[in-house]
Amino acid sequence: MLEVEGLQKIYRSAAGDTEAIRDLTFEARAGEIVCIVGPSGAGKTTLLRCISGLLEPTAGRVTLEGEEVVGPARGMAVVFQEYARSLFPWLTVSQNVELPLKEKGLDRKTRRQLVEQSLEAVGLADVPNSYPWQLSGGMQQRVAIARAVAYEPHILLMDEPFAAVDAQTRADLEDLVRDLWERLGITLLFVTHDIDESIYLGQRVLVLSGRPTVILEDVKVDFPDQRDQLTTRNDPEFGRLRAHVYDLVQEAKRGFRPDAEAESGASVSTS
Amino acid sequence: MTTAAPQAGARQRFHSIRRYPLFRRLLLIFGLPAFLVVIWWISSERADSFFYPALSDIVATFAPTWFEGRITADVFPSLGRLLAGYGVALFVGISLGIAIGLSATLRSFSEPVLEFLRAIPPPVLVPILMLFFGIGDAMKIVVIATGAVWPILLNTVEGVRGVDEVLRDTARTYGLGSVTQLRTLVLRASSPQIMTGARQSLSIAIILMVISEMFAAHNGLGFSIVQFQRSFALPEMWTGIILLGLLGVGLSIVFRLIENPILHWYRGQRQSQRGG
Amino acid sequence: MATAVPTTAPPARQSSAKQKRARNFSVNRTILGLAGIVTALAVLEALPRVGIVDRRFLPPFSEMAVALSERVQTSVFWEALGNTLVTWAVGLSIALISGILLGMIIGSVGVLRDATASTIEFLRPIPSVALIPLAVLLLGTGRPGTLLLVVYATFWQVLVQVLYGVQDVDPVARDTSRVYKFRFLTVGLRLVWPTTLPYVMTGFRLGATVALILTITGELIIGTPGLGRLLAIAQESGQVASMYALVIVTGVLGVLVNLGARQIERRVLHWHASIRRETAS
Repeated sequence: MLEVEGLQKIYRSAAGDTEAIRDLTFEARAGEIVCIVGPSGAGKTTLLRCISGLLEPTAGRVTLEGEEVVGPARGMAVVFQEYARSLFPWLTVSQNVELPLKEKGLDRKTRRQLVEQSLEAVGLADVPNSYPWQLSGGMQQRVAIARAVAYEPHILLMDEPFAAVDAQTRADLEDLVRDLWERLGITLLFVTHDIDESIYLGQRVLVLSGRPTVILEDVKVDFPDQRDQLTTRNDPEFGRLRAHVYDLVQEAKRGFRPDAEAESGASVSTS
Repeated sequence: MTTAAPQAGARQRFHSIRRYPLFRRLLLIFGLPAFLVVIWWISSERADSFFYPALSDIVATFAPTWFEGRITADVFPSLGRLLAGYGVALFVGISLGIAIGLSATLRSFSEPVLEFLRAIPPPVLVPILMLFFGIGDAMKIVVIATGAVWPILLNTVEGVRGVDEVLRDTARTYGLGSVTQLRTLVLRASSPQIMTGARQSLSIAIILMVISEMFAAHNGLGFSIVQFQRSFALPEMWTGIILLGLLGVGLSIVFRLIENPILHWYRGQRQSQRGG
Repeated sequence: MATAVPTTAPPARQSSAKQKRARNFSVNRTILGLAGIVTALAVLEALPRVGIVDRRFLPPFSEMAVALSERVQTSVFWEALGNTLVTWAVGLSIALISGILLGMIIGSVGVLRDATASTIEFLRPIPSVALIPLAVLLLGTGRPGTLLLVVYATFWQVLVQVLYGVQDVDPVARDTSRVYKFRFLTVGLRLVWPTTLPYVMTGFRLGATVALILTITGELIIGTPGLGRLLAIAQESGQVASMYALVIVTGVLGVLVNLGARQIERRVLHWHASIRRETAS
């Protein structure tokens, strides 16, 4: 489905190069939820931008459904962290959802149907004619999710989508994402800095090192698909996984790297 | 004392005369203007000065001066030139502004030259452009356009530069084509700045319309007013000044009517941000 | 206040790299900007020489430069420049002082603000050039006539900004001062003025430009002594290169007024911000 091979990203400038990502290889199978966690500044957003085709990698390649990603791909949708900035404030909620569908060339009837269904799915059927700025933060992020869902992507990338909403809204949105994933059978790549969130949502959790980024460990999460905020989070296995991922992230913060050049990483982490 | 304080604070912040009952509102809106007109009326009646004709004379002269031929012979040509020049300024300013705003290289390249051109007081263009275009309509339209283009151009550049990056990324990930991006992203996102520039340009355009007609013309508002002044037709001259004033006010009202629906989203968004 | 200050300093290595990058970028920008100016001048020189534009209408840039250097050596030029600057400075000062005083008074008294709103909204868009015939008849072609135009146009810019500023006073701070029963003058100096100052400076910056435009306009059309009148004379006597030279001078003057006003604004507000930080801590 999605393959990332030997991905490297160096930001070049006249003053010198900054290596954000050194060497990343992983794959996401169709219909899987993969979460990516790492310490802040681990190049999570850079990685996501490379995968989504917004940024050109320095080396390595990203392949989506057998085709190399060179620009934003058709079968892919992205939900950004900054919900207030990713919605068009001059368009209503339903116009925001409809715009990409128009560009896809769908006819009016199909568009209207998709808009209605997706707003229904995120629980916003009653505010299609509101403007995004009239809604709360959580509702705005639901609009962004509805827009992504209506686009009918094969893979959905989410970049710390719930980092800016309050804790209760966050739990609701997590369940919404699980629910949508189950119903639509899409592949989901979810970037977060919240360890609990990554375990609760993911079937696999990729733990990243500090800059320049490599993968520390690919952690399997063996919970059934039916998850629940209370019982899942209270499961002893959940606690064990949380402790494990937490240790890994702490190691990453201290500058631990699986490759030989641990020292160069250590000098970065002193800041 | 302390209970009254928050109320007073709220009143300060949401200051508007809408909070008053209708009668007081009318009084507040029309009171001072009516008072000033009365003062003018009485003082000019008594002044008995050649330069201060009685307001009653001016009012009586207004209709015969303008509505018996002059409105089509002078006012409409003036307005036509104004709209043509302003339209050219809008088109050139916005399209050039978008091009410059989208390209950092082009921006660095053109910035010093634009800063200089913008700083030239627009009226000095009149004698220069008269060389090229004579004293006909073309000259006036070009004068208005070249003077009014700068605020639109520079504000558009700023607006386009300020388009939110997340919004740009969003447009790209959903594969919006360049025409759609221009229409639904760049133009809309920079519309607050474009409207600010357009408003400044409108008052410059009116000034240049008058000046270009004062310089050299066969007809027009500015031309008529100067004619009245030279022939010492004082009441007529005053009607011209008043008409120009009304024109300025009328155009600014029309501008607001056009602006309101365009910037509806922007005002709503700002208000919701300020409200918390 | 304190939350606005970044709490973590970036690592030194990174910040020096960033500085270097910024410097590189600005060097590039300077080079590109210079290239832009050179290109513009080359086009100005080439258009009439190649014959695309009639050189009776647009002489090559070199001829403008010669005309300018000749002009600069005459005392008439410097006298005119001095006259323009005096008219500009006097007009701007009158507009600033009256605009600030009236704005503070109207803005601070709710009833006054509400009662004058419609009148201000009506008078502001009246084009100042409409007053030209009146100025000529009442005040003649000397400096007072042009001053009327300059002051009228500039006054509204300043007044409106000051009104915005007074309205921007933090309601909590205003309530606090009311609770502590500060005197009217104390409130004005300690609360209203510091909040209004940035707006006053915006009014000053906009007003400086508008005042220059109207000064030159008055000289050009009414005939008040100054650069504008020199331009009108050059036009009447068909000295095209001189006309362009004078247009360039007014443009340079405009750039200097812009830069100067921005500089003053930055200075004043810098002082303003640092004073505020001191009183806050």
